[in-house]
Amino acid sequence: GEAMSIQTYNGAAIIAMSGQECVAIASDLRFGVQNQTLACDHKKVYRMHDRLYMGLSGLATDAQTLYKRFVFKHNLYRLREERDMRPQTFASMVSATLYEKRFGPYFVEPVIAGLDPEEGHAPFIAGMDSLGAMETAKDFMCAGTNSESLLGVCETFYRPGLGPEELFEVISQCMLSGVDRDALAGWGAVVYVISKDQCIARTLKGRMD
Amino acid sequence: GGGAPGMEYVMGIKGKDFAMACVSATAVQQIITMKHDEDKVMRVDDHRMLVTSGEPGDRVQFGEFVCANVRLRNMRHGVKTSTKAVASYARQELAKALRQGPYQSNLLVMGYDEGKGPSMYYLDYLATMHEMNVAGYGYGSWFVLSMYDNLWHPDLTQDEALGLMQKGIDEVRRRLSVAPSSYMITVVDKDGIRHLKTLEYGS
Repeated sequence: GEAMSIQTYNGAAIIAMSGQECVAIASDLRFGVQNQTLACDHKKVYRMHDRLYMGLSGLATDAQTLYKRFVFKHNLYRLREERDMRPQTFASMVSATLYEKRFGPYFVEPVIAGLDPEEGHAPFIAGMDSLGAMETAKDFMCAGTNSESLLGVCETFYRPGLGPEELFEVISQCMLSGVDRDALAGWGAVVYVISKDQCIARTLKGRMD
Repeated sequence: GGGAPGMEYVMGIKGKDFAMACVSATAVQQIITMKHDEDKVMRVDDHRMLVTSGEPGDRVQFGEFVCANVRLRNMRHGVKTSTKAVASYARQELAKALRQGPYQSNLLVMGYDEGKGPSMYYLDYLATMHEMNVAGYGYGSWFVLSMYDNLWHPDLTQDEALGLMQKGIDEVRRRLSVAPSSYMITVVDKDGIRHLKTLEYGS
């Protein structure tokens, strides 16, 4: 194959969006190695607890390693604190964990979506680069091999104050259109819509190319 | 240096109640074929196997390392470590080594668990793990994966899978200029791990 570029070795697309008392987070399902597609059921969104999900784009092995590390850290937190982590707290922890490896980083770009239990389950969305430089957003956050195309389509279709069903429609359309311009992402998508009392996961059928 | 990446042929298929692997049986150093009957399947226990490929030293060392540690755990706790746990453990060791001294070995972890049935895990040298029904490594997989996508179905029998493996080998020998000259087919099911066939071709 060609020279290996670490950030595009596997391929991914992640979008998180906030709505009215709900958030949604979606990822594509492709598992590939450079130009070869190996599977179309590889989710890149991970559940931390009922109201906190994290998407990890970038190198798949680092995403898997980091997910296990964060489950470990969150489990210890829950034992000590007897409560789940707030999304803000978790995002800070992710940022710190990535920066620890400043001169030999994990090749991932996380996107975090959750509901803050201390602010009336207010939506929380954040994203960061592979060194942990974090930004929060009120509307949406994108990451992946072609994040520009995701940003463009989100900017166009997003409206504030969407309910769970409308949010699902908007984020789904953005994901399906966005990945069509990315050779390394797509092959279906999974969407999680998180509200105060439930989380609905749906799998989207998209173009399998 | 050892095995050139891509020259080995590894394909794995998970069927209704079994998992089958077809691996090239040639051991190559530079331009010399040292051996035509190298068995690249390592038995973890009666119902779990590691199909290893890649750099010859790393392949054997890592395979034996995983087998030894899993067997030790089984002895200490009086359990049979499940296929998923074996794969997760192997993944962890590969991930630890990745930024220190990586093992250049790609694996398929295949096994049969009572109550759960067969399973197969793709586990590459970067420690990327994914459960799959059809998986493979090397240049040969470029030809064969898409063929198997078409022919695979969830109720595949062992005979059908054997037919698929033969089709895969035939395709690779017809179209891949560096196709290996010998192959071994191994299966794991509720009755254990069995070597089914060794196929040697003239060239």
